[in-house]
Amino acid sequence: MKPLWRRLYDWVDERVQLGGLVEFMGKKYVPIHRHSVWYYFGGVSLFLFLIQVVTGILLLLYYKAGEEYAFESIQFLMSKVQFGWLIRSIHSWTANLFILTAMIHMFSVFFEKSYRKPREITWVTGMLMFFLALGFGFSGYLLPWNELAFFATKVGTDIAGIIPVIGKPVMIFLRGGPEVTGATLTRFFGFHVAVFPGIFTVLLGIHLVLVQRQGMSEPLDEPTGSEGEQKAMPFFPNFLLRDLLLWLIVLNLLAILAVFFPWELGMKADPFASAPAGIKPEWYFLFMFQTLKYIPAKLLSIDGEVLGILLFAFAGLLWTLVPFWDRKSSRGERNRFINYIGLFVVVYIMILTIIGWST
Amino acid sequence: MPVMENETGQYEKSKRDFLKYILGGSIIAWLAAILYPVFAYLKPPKQGEVEVTSVKAGPVTTFAKDSGTIIRFGNKPVILIRTSSGEFRAFSATCTHLDCTVQFRNDMGLIWCACHNGKYDLTGRNISGPPPRPLDAYRVVIQGKDVFISKNA
Repeated sequence: MKPLWRRLYDWVDERVQLGGLVEFMGKKYVPIHRHSVWYYFGGVSLFLFLIQVVTGILLLLYYKAGEEYAFESIQFLMSKVQFGWLIRSIHSWTANLFILTAMIHMFSVFFEKSYRKPREITWVTGMLMFFLALGFGFSGYLLPWNELAFFATKVGTDIAGIIPVIGKPVMIFLRGGPEVTGATLTRFFGFHVAVFPGIFTVLLGIHLVLVQRQGMSEPLDEPTGSEGEQKAMPFFPNFLLRDLLLWLIVLNLLAILAVFFPWELGMKADPFASAPAGIKPEWYFLFMFQTLKYIPAKLLSIDGEVLGILLFAFAGLLWTLVPFWDRKSSRGERNRFINYIGLFVVVYIMILTIIGWST
Repeated sequence: MPVMENETGQYEKSKRDFLKYILGGSIIAWLAAILYPVFAYLKPPKQGEVEVTSVKAGPVTTFAKDSGTIIRFGNKPVILIRTSSGEFRAFSATCTHLDCTVQFRNDMGLIWCACHNGKYDLTGRNISGPPPRPLDAYRVVIQGKDVFISKNA
């Protein structure tokens, strides 16, 4: 008698022919070289996203959207529900770590030029997921309806409102009216738990299928093929097991952060209170926030803020489209210029984040 | 109607073009019929609000000298300031920069916005930081023992 799992496999295989897929998986190799460590950050990001899905669903069991209920429901969750504080703390910490690992993943791909032909679509879907992650962060931040979130949302949506032509309607659309009110909370809740996850899942599916189908990208400067076999390890099970081990480590790290640095709830939002001193956006928005502080109010008769926002939007667009203008890397040639851009961006973000954090 | 068979291909081509335009036009009309209601739905309706022109802030004695209080004016916050000389002034509390709510700082003797360090003097004039315009002034009237704030200074 065959073991149960084998019979189950045969049952499915007989109907949908798993053979080809299993053979394909068996042939997948992960190249080994001195930059191999960066391969792990995509997997870690995926793991953190899965944690967000699970903890997000758990939070949904108690969360009540609405001006009168949101803050109170989180208070209830954190003080009365068993381990409610832990689930919320993990969700908040994971959100931040997710953005961090996604950033590391993005920069490593950028510096390795792994976005080059034929992986343009993988890069673009990744960038779109990154922007969505920022959207997840921004919308999720408001959901507890606390003071900091209230003003962060006022400022964030007001910034959207100063974009020429489309700004005002976009702001009204985001806020659900001219002001940040319960209507904004309702909309952000919808974006956070339905719209964004739906789009994200589709993008993630494309991203992962492409990674599996095209295999791992190899660095341009590593010798390939001909002279001796290049070192590689099978994806299944060798690389996957390493991936899983790292996931376990990340989970432990998360547990430590969530338990020893539990996420605060703060004060309930009051539309008729002043913005509290020391108010700051989340760290991943800090470098933009700090830049806006340095741009003078008027530059050549253009509003400084408008200029700053348009510049960031333009930079983001160029960054997303890099596979299409970095022709050299696609031809397999070295392109140092890309390294300089990447280095500038990393240093710029780090310095402005630190200044923003410390002032 | 007898259509000349394919002498030059002219008739055939114009017939095909005609059908293309009909089909294309129908698709556009069909999309518009779907998208218009969706976009109209996304735009929140204007809420009928009672136009507030004046509110009672409270008795004079509740406001200490050299202090500021946020007063609810309809659905907008207004900051009522009592200067060290005892004079009352009121301004819109919405920072002209990015919509945060300002506060009175008696250590600075200024109106201050915590979000981006914008500063206004006690006449509501923007004097430092990013705010592009002064705060809108409101009129303060003292009737008997009570302070009233009204629009249009």
